[in-house]
Amino acid sequence: MIALAAILLSDLFAVVMLFGVYSLLTAALFMDLDAVDVAFTEAAVGAGVTTVLMLSSLHLTRRWEALPRRKPLLGLLVIGITGAALVYAVLDAPLLGDPTAPVHQHVTPRYLEQGAEEVGVPNLVTAVLASYRGYDTFGETVVIFTAGLAVLLLLGIHEDARMRPGVSAIGDQVVLRSVVKPLLPLILIFGLYVQFHGDFGAGGGFQAGVIFATAFVLYELVFGEGSARAVVPPGWLHRLAALGVLIYGGVGVYSLLAGKAFLDYSALATDPVHGQHLGILLVELGVGIAVFSVVLLIFYAFSGRSRRQ
Amino acid sequence: MMVILEWLSGLCLLLGGVLCITGGVGLLRMPDFFSRVHASGVTETLAAPLLLSGLLLQMELSLDSVKVIMILILVLATNPTATHAMAKATLHGGQRPLEFANDKDIGGDGLSKP
Amino acid sequence: MLTVAIVAIMVTMFLALIRTFLGPTEYDRMLAANSFGTKTVLLIALGGHALSWHSFLDVALLYALVNFVGTIAVMRFFEYSNASEERDDPGAAA
Repeated sequence: MIALAAILLSDLFAVVMLFGVYSLLTAALFMDLDAVDVAFTEAAVGAGVTTVLMLSSLHLTRRWEALPRRKPLLGLLVIGITGAALVYAVLDAPLLGDPTAPVHQHVTPRYLEQGAEEVGVPNLVTAVLASYRGYDTFGETVVIFTAGLAVLLLLGIHEDARMRPGVSAIGDQVVLRSVVKPLLPLILIFGLYVQFHGDFGAGGGFQAGVIFATAFVLYELVFGEGSARAVVPPGWLHRLAALGVLIYGGVGVYSLLAGKAFLDYSALATDPVHGQHLGILLVELGVGIAVFSVVLLIFYAFSGRSRRQ
Repeated sequence: MMVILEWLSGLCLLLGGVLCITGGVGLLRMPDFFSRVHASGVTETLAAPLLLSGLLLQMELSLDSVKVIMILILVLATNPTATHAMAKATLHGGQRPLEFANDKDIGGDGLSKP
Repeated sequence: MLTVAIVAIMVTMFLALIRTFLGPTEYDRMLAANSFGTKTVLLIALGGHALSWHSFLDVALLYALVNFVGTIAVMRFFEYSNASEERDDPGAAA
């Protein structure tokens, strides 16, 4: 219903707010399905970062949806056929929790039964993400890095003389500044908690990176672009993003040099389980750094542009 | 002791719920933005700690209770700030509070300009 | 009593949603959206405890933060949509 309203409304500002609510409802759905890490990431990214980025791009373009010049009937036909095919495929899918479903055969019993002793990490999601499926997560990190690269190539970080430290669009809000200033270290501590607690509860590199970036986004919103760029210069962010990916890849290369497979964590320490812990720690650190710098970089690219360009 | 805690928790939850609904009704029924912001801001900032304390009294003391306290402090700090910032932004945007000074029923003298 | 509180929160969320659709100005919508977000945090906290979700408090804490950042973002981009040069603030270089 919210999706329908989002399609039908032409006031894009309301659409952005509706998307935020939609992400939140999806996060609640994930919580109900007991997928806490996914819900966490969805709430952080969908309701947080994406809303802010869409608002800043609305600020740069226009607020009301432009009417299409001609009726896109061919597009409607293509989408209709694809949608019908997808619905037909879904009808054949196994029910939730069906023990004979293909996803529950093959490797999954091994993850579930031996994950705790092989990897030694209580949160099985982190074990699968960072250890059993480490290659996929490496791919995801590189994809995030590439997205940051693409935004940099297309938009660039626009520095100009108007952005001096101390100049802020939200002018004279003493209360806001005084409350946000002490709040920022607390948010960063929460981000650190989420990063390192990923082994035990919901959390991990992706969520922590987004929380870190949110803290700096808040700083930029309240104190202005000049002050934000003085605190975290864009040059640092370029290097940090690369560093995140390099840490992840570096762990893999180290395993190769030690004579084992790429990203085989047992090469990191004498005791394999200890090696797994160390590997997961380093890998999540790489992911966190990469996600943080890329999200902040994208926000800098969007917010640095002014309207008339 | 347990009974006292349960009663206290129930009381907090009930009060918090009543305040929540009051705030919601105020949000709908008040005539003007500034009265709405006052209604929802004040009631929410009181309702949230009450509801969270009610929840706290129902949980055992553990890491979860510390997190509930943190949520409580965060909401207590950010909700009034957001309310203030919104009201200030609205004032900056040109809205002014609705004047009832011309209405003699509530003590106005009918002489002020709207 | 927990269910009573949860129902009360849901009713309030519905009322706030009505204001989001009605509100004659954008400021009303912004206020109602912020209110909806705060109620959501309370709903996740109370509902998670009632339904025994795992790690629901982390999500509630995160969403309290996200709601605040979202409200400030809306303010920054729509109420103060002039570029930075018009708000030179002498006392803000802290």
